[in-house]
Amino acid sequence: MNLLDTVLRCVATLVVFLVFPLVIGQTEHKVMAHMQGRLGPMYAGGFHGWAQLVADGVKFAQKEDIVPAGADRRIFQLAPAVSLLPYLFVLLAIPVGPNGFVGQAVDAGLFFVLAVMGVGVIGKLMAGWASANKFSLLGALRTAAQLMSYELPMVLAAASVAMAAGTLSLPGILDAWEWYWLPWQIIGAFVFFTAGLAELQRPPFDMPIADSEIIFGAYTEYTGLRFALFLLSEYVGILVVSALTAVLFLGGWHGPMSDQLGWLWMLLKTFGLAFVVIWLRVTYPRLREDQLMRFAWVGLIPLALVQLALTGIIKVAIA
Amino acid sequence: MSFPGVGLAKGLAVTLRTMTRKSVTAQYPDVQPVLPPRSRGVIALLEENCTVCMLCARECPDWCIYIDSHKETLPAAEPNARARTRNVLDRFAIDFSLCMYCGICIEVCPFDALFWSPEFEYAETDIHELTHEREKLREWMWTVPAPPALDPAAEEPKEIATARKAADKLAAAAAAEAAAAVEEKGDDA
Repeated sequence: MNLLDTVLRCVATLVVFLVFPLVIGQTEHKVMAHMQGRLGPMYAGGFHGWAQLVADGVKFAQKEDIVPAGADRRIFQLAPAVSLLPYLFVLLAIPVGPNGFVGQAVDAGLFFVLAVMGVGVIGKLMAGWASANKFSLLGALRTAAQLMSYELPMVLAAASVAMAAGTLSLPGILDAWEWYWLPWQIIGAFVFFTAGLAELQRPPFDMPIADSEIIFGAYTEYTGLRFALFLLSEYVGILVVSALTAVLFLGGWHGPMSDQLGWLWMLLKTFGLAFVVIWLRVTYPRLREDQLMRFAWVGLIPLALVQLALTGIIKVAIA
Repeated sequence: MSFPGVGLAKGLAVTLRTMTRKSVTAQYPDVQPVLPPRSRGVIALLEENCTVCMLCARECPDWCIYIDSHKETLPAAEPNARARTRNVLDRFAIDFSLCMYCGICIEVCPFDALFWSPEFEYAETDIHELTHEREKLREWMWTVPAPPALDPAAEEPKEIATARKAADKLAAAAAAEAAAAVEEKGDDA
């Protein structure tokens, strides 16, 4: 029984891991198109191009698997998996609804999630280094630098929530959540979400993959399925960052009739944030590398510290 | 008076507003485009009007009109009259791979044998197929739209004006004759 339960949870997480990023990707196709006055994919699958990403997947699978002659073969081939899998583990720990509706409740869930998300960057670093290509290396080093800069405000903002809830467990944080946390943690929410975007290297923070300057950075030498895995990791990343922001700052499954419809509230909040991610991508141009670093150190970190101080003061005042 | 971040918010508003508007994409093969009047798609030939005067072929800057003809002698209508000769069209072809759609042939035709048609979907995989022979040019004639209506205060078209003048003259003559007849009757009485 216990084994069956575990297998079921793992399979459900895997299905979410494989399906939701495609939904987000398709939404991006359509939303971006309409924000630019276009229609986006219209043919694949018949109805408004719903099967476009399936068709893309088939195309990627058919492509030749090329490893450059000068590349470090094993590392080069391993990198996409290292970049993708951490997000799967993160998904396992994100609570979807009340009363234990979660892949696996981890006691130090917040700590686990933030630590594992950082591993994905190693995959990109591996890809950049093993490609034996200067653009890839540049991209990978920028990725690493970006992670170093943005991990700090992200962790500080998350710490603020943990401090308010008095626990590191994600379901525990949600159990302690009250509506007034929304205005209370609003600065932290902004910092966390922005830093999350930067960790995903989504525009406007996509300097490390800047396709017009360093031709997709660490992914320059990749084709076919391995490239598709990198892309998938980007979209799973959107899902994870949106879900985490929803859990930590927007109250996850909290909402009217949360006993029955908790999962729906969680999904709504997650996809709402995913829409914002796409919206920001369409609206803003890419930050320059030095602006990117400056924004993290001069903008986000002081804000996160202010939030942390605010949380501490109000927490003491309440107690 | 401006807050920091106002520009960022304006940018977001622009993209959101664009999303709610109708997109400008033309879904061409599924939805036919709305063409402006007098669109230059293809040239149609009304060969019944053609007298093989060759003006079009000579004026064509690209020399893309090919005309062959022969003369036929018509028997004299009256015993002492001279026999008439008449040009008969054998071939009329326009090579649309050379045509630059200037429309000079249509302007220059004195007998209204050439017309613009808005049809534009006649791409071919073989360039030779783009030379449309007279049968095909005649077929395009069915796609020629009716001429646009005249402006409210415009001059009368020449043909109608001439016809009307002739009719008026005839009517005037008839009226004069009738009046003369009445006068004669009055004299008799």
